[in-house]
Amino acid sequence: MLNHLAILPILVPVVTAALLLLPYFSAHQTARRVLSATGFGLTLVIALALALQVQSGGQVYLLGDWPAPFGIVLVADRLSATFVVLSTVLMIGGWLYGCGRDDTQEPFFLALLHFLLMGVNGAFLTGDLFNLFVFFEVLLISSYGLLIHGGGKNRIRAAMHYVLLNLIGSALFLLALALLYSQLGSLQISDMGLRIAALSESQQWIVQSAAGLLLIVFGLKAAMLPFHFWLPSAYKQASPVVACVFAMMTKVGIYSLLRVFTTLFSSDAGQLAGFGQSGLVIAGLLTIAIAVVVLLASADLRSLVAALVLMSSGTLLSLVGVGTISTDSALLYYAVHSTLATGAMFLLVDIIATQRGNLGDRIARGRRMQHQVATGWAFAFLALAIIGMPPLSGFIGKILLLQSVTGSSWQFAFWAMLLVASLLVLIVLSRAGSSIFWRLLPGKPAVNPVSIWQWAGLTWLLASLLALVFAAEPLLQYFSAASAEFSLPLRHVKGA
Amino acid sequence: MELIIAAMIGLLTCCGVFLILRARTFAVMLGLTMLSYAVNLFIFVSGGLTAGAGAVLGKTSAYADPLPQALVLTAIVIGFAMTAFLVVLAIRARAELGNDHVDGQQPQEPR
Repeated sequence: MLNHLAILPILVPVVTAALLLLPYFSAHQTARRVLSATGFGLTLVIALALALQVQSGGQVYLLGDWPAPFGIVLVADRLSATFVVLSTVLMIGGWLYGCGRDDTQEPFFLALLHFLLMGVNGAFLTGDLFNLFVFFEVLLISSYGLLIHGGGKNRIRAAMHYVLLNLIGSALFLLALALLYSQLGSLQISDMGLRIAALSESQQWIVQSAAGLLLIVFGLKAAMLPFHFWLPSAYKQASPVVACVFAMMTKVGIYSLLRVFTTLFSSDAGQLAGFGQSGLVIAGLLTIAIAVVVLLASADLRSLVAALVLMSSGTLLSLVGVGTISTDSALLYYAVHSTLATGAMFLLVDIIATQRGNLGDRIARGRRMQHQVATGWAFAFLALAIIGMPPLSGFIGKILLLQSVTGSSWQFAFWAMLLVASLLVLIVLSRAGSSIFWRLLPGKPAVNPVSIWQWAGLTWLLASLLALVFAAEPLLQYFSAASAEFSLPLRHVKGA
Repeated sequence: MELIIAAMIGLLTCCGVFLILRARTFAVMLGLTMLSYAVNLFIFVSGGLTAGAGAVLGKTSAYADPLPQALVLTAIVIGFAMTAFLVVLAIRARAELGNDHVDGQQPQEPR
């Protein structure tokens, strides 16, 4: 049973989702919730078990028991297990929140969430480039459905751009795959890494252009600078739960860059070693810059948080570019922190908007909220975590980031960009917080009830952020072992 | 044969890109379909062009690379699903927004 642990984070969500499509479950709300709770709970337990199990070395799971590199493989190591746990935790937060509203509006909402979890987990676990494409499509088609969930003009308009861009992205991904296959004769990522050193001069050109295409595709997912236009409008228009779980989507791009580029263009790759690294650093830093502009220009909280997602994406991209073991472990910690923090922020913004009625999430003075104190403390907690003030996880994450680039040639550009951006986040969040919570208009609070499920979802994510602080030491050990492990090239083939 | 296939893929991509840049949902949809045809052909020939060779071992003396054929099948199926979704989304967008531009509003005429 334990040998099959690697495939279960994909199987459990897909079975749950398929069951949720049955007429019985779309008619019975309680049954639907019990089933999806079971599905999420089981996935979380499995993901945690997997994360503990891979501590004794990564696993290669041969689907259908065909020998690698001919069959399709799943690769479970510390890196993929970390992201699987992260995506499951975030989805549970979004699910709890969604039970309050989205689930009652649309019976298939929960099924789509489970399909999304399947796609995301699959993308994290696969060891095969073509299956990465397939899982990308699985998570994309669920995300299309989720994005237009709730309907409305603006949502459809944002979804149109998102869908078209991603369809073009998929076409480019396939082109890159075909180019790589024609030169390397394999699509298993670690096997490709083995073969890449033996290429002739003329073949290297083709592989380079394919890698450039892959950079575009993953950059599109991660909202890297020239391809970031979809992110602010999509995240602003999506329903709050969807925006929360979409905080994971940019990390899929980051993970793919990390996995594919580190394996393909490792130090063993000869001439092609380190392909695209400096480009990534520059694009990442510029993404932070553009995120700051979006941040300063945002008149409502949703676009503000979307800018924060863009900023964390830029930070992570530039760290992928620097690409040493210490930056990679800092990157993992920061990725986990920023995903949970921005996800929770999207939920909190919706709680604020619900209570303020017509005023919504605009950064403007309003009357006192019904749950003013609880909302205010949650906002202060998340703001401190995102800015990077001690003692919360953002502080640990940012210190690690700054330390990890010390000594690299990018140190000063990176420090300057990150510190200035953090200062501006501090200013913008203080301004937003003080005008929403302190500069109140006189009058009785409006009564717009916030459901207990909404608080539950937010609390779950806040608790996981706290866990990130208290368990910082063992987690950091895990992450540095993870980055040492996946930076070792070609381990998977030998392990098979 | 290489030249014909390459020219065909190039032509399809060309038409696809042109249609996508028309920025009207129906044209964009056709453009994406053409682009995916081009991509599918490209995947199909990525294992090398061989004439008269079987895909199954033991039937003929020469055999073609079977993997791109499997890949292209998957890509075609996924492409169909995505196109179907896009058609529905485009119809919905036309109904909700009242026009078929991908931005959801008619562009301003240049003066």
